[in-house]
Amino acid sequence: MVGEPLQHEQFIMTSAATTLPIRSRFVHHRSTNEPPLVRRLLIAVALTFIALFLVIPLVSVFAQAFAKGLHFYFQSIRDPLALSAVKLTLIAAGISVPLNCIFGICAAWAIAKFDFRGKNILLTLVDLPFSVSPVISGLIYVLIFGAQGWFGSWFSDNMKIIFAVPGIVLATIFVTFPFIARELIPLMQAQGRTEEEAARVLGASGWQTFRRVTLPNIKWGLLYGVILCNARAMGEFGAVSVVSGHIRGQTNTIPLHVEILYNEYNFTGAFAVASLLTFLALITLALKTWVEYRNTELSGTAFAPLPVGKKAG
Amino acid sequence: MATRQTGAKKIRVLPGFKLTLGYTLLYLSLIVLIPLAAAFVKTSTLSWTQFSHDVFSPQAMASYRLSFGASLLAALVNAVFGLIVAWVLVRYNFFGKKIVDALVDLPFALPTAVAGITLATIYAENGWIGRFFSSSGDWHLYFHLPAIKISFTRLGVFVALTFIGLPFIVRTVQPVLEDFDSEIEEAAASLGANRWQAFWRIIFPTVTPALLTGFALAFARALGEYGSVVFISSNIPMKTQITPLLIMTKLEEFDYAGATALAVVMLVISFVLLLAVNLLQWWASRYNTSNLS
Repeated sequence: MVGEPLQHEQFIMTSAATTLPIRSRFVHHRSTNEPPLVRRLLIAVALTFIALFLVIPLVSVFAQAFAKGLHFYFQSIRDPLALSAVKLTLIAAGISVPLNCIFGICAAWAIAKFDFRGKNILLTLVDLPFSVSPVISGLIYVLIFGAQGWFGSWFSDNMKIIFAVPGIVLATIFVTFPFIARELIPLMQAQGRTEEEAARVLGASGWQTFRRVTLPNIKWGLLYGVILCNARAMGEFGAVSVVSGHIRGQTNTIPLHVEILYNEYNFTGAFAVASLLTFLALITLALKTWVEYRNTELSGTAFAPLPVGKKAG
Repeated sequence: MATRQTGAKKIRVLPGFKLTLGYTLLYLSLIVLIPLAAAFVKTSTLSWTQFSHDVFSPQAMASYRLSFGASLLAALVNAVFGLIVAWVLVRYNFFGKKIVDALVDLPFALPTAVAGITLATIYAENGWIGRFFSSSGDWHLYFHLPAIKISFTRLGVFVALTFIGLPFIVRTVQPVLEDFDSEIEEAAASLGANRWQAFWRIIFPTVTPALLTGFALAFARALGEYGSVVFISSNIPMKTQITPLLIMTKLEEFDYAGATALAVVMLVISFVLLLAVNLLQWWASRYNTSNLS
């Protein structure tokens, strides 16, 4: 549609125009804007859709949670079974997030700083857990460590994994596996390796190079990945549901505790505990928005909004 | 980069390649590859008659129809409304825009179990939204509309899957719209195109690869979704039972062979979808560089 001779001019014009905020480029031109009526209609449609599917559910969580008053709310949260669920959720997230963090840094270092064959296959494999249904994520660990599984007989004698805490931790690690790696890989690829190479040439050790050069460069991306990874780790339901024994006070995470309360028709209690997870979601969104803002202020690059992501490589 | 690949390939200035790649491969194998292989190995021990009995049973077929149908419909609805939301967020100014923008990611951040019980409650017959569709709703008395039950029906499954899929479309389309050159639109306008023509002939084709990617991602996510659906669906076999729930039911009956057979079918489908998404993204990146930058 745009002829070949225009390309160069267009490039110059574009680079001048990008210094202006995008918004002002569209709003003031009549030729590139819709009539006010169409504009208002589209905004109305979008806001109605957002209200129906996002805002009303969000508000209703809190409305239901406080339906029987503050006393009942705090009673539901302070219940010993609820507290043990909170504790188990913190344990599962506390183990899986650091492990996936170490993995994410290692994978990003290897993939972004070096050239090797099969890199694209490795990138796809890192993403694999995102395309697996949560139920199947739990099932595969049952197949290995369950009573009839590959190592089932050995583990049932020595250490219980399925229907116990280790199974919950394993399933959580699986579902949150790609989160940090997929934030860091494109970021470190974009940054290249010249700064690290310069540090090495100037005499820094490998560890010094990483700590003093790489880490400051990736800290916002790392934080972003950790926030998203943590939200998923604490909220995972399907995979954990398969491997948990559903034993109250022992193998129940917060989402599983919500399910039990709900199925017992203790709706207000279920929503009270669910409101904790909703607070977590809101804090996650706020932190995420803040990190995105900080990052664009500093470097002008955008993160991969999860789990959509820009494919690296 | 070029010299590195040809001349100085053997010399690596940066340390830790073997260590980090080795750890990456080890961790990947232990957590992801070996457990996933277990599902395929387990299925290979089944005879064909056993496998087909589990995979093509009437209950399984009904669950595929529901899972595929509801996921497809939800992804389609999201493609339309997600595009409008992305458009409005990029192009227009309105009160609370920043909050709406942040809120779009809520389905990613909100645990699925919470989404499930919440949607089931508000779309129930006496719920905040469901009451407008039930027979007792005011609208229905005035206009003699038929009552529509949402929670605990297939429609409920569709509602949950729409909730889950919304951010995928918005977040894939939004960056493409933001990067879009207003000069191209101005050129179209100066050459006599009206607003609709400019959108349909210029903007929409540019957005299409991203829209398709978002559609495929939302569809793939909806196929595997479990947490939000179990609460809003009545989970009746042959009627409102999705495939992941059928797998769960078989597991609870200790029918590991049957559950694994179904899981392998789902895994193969999601791998095919993953491949499709990768191809789409490759196409999209090619499209963008050749047309825009």
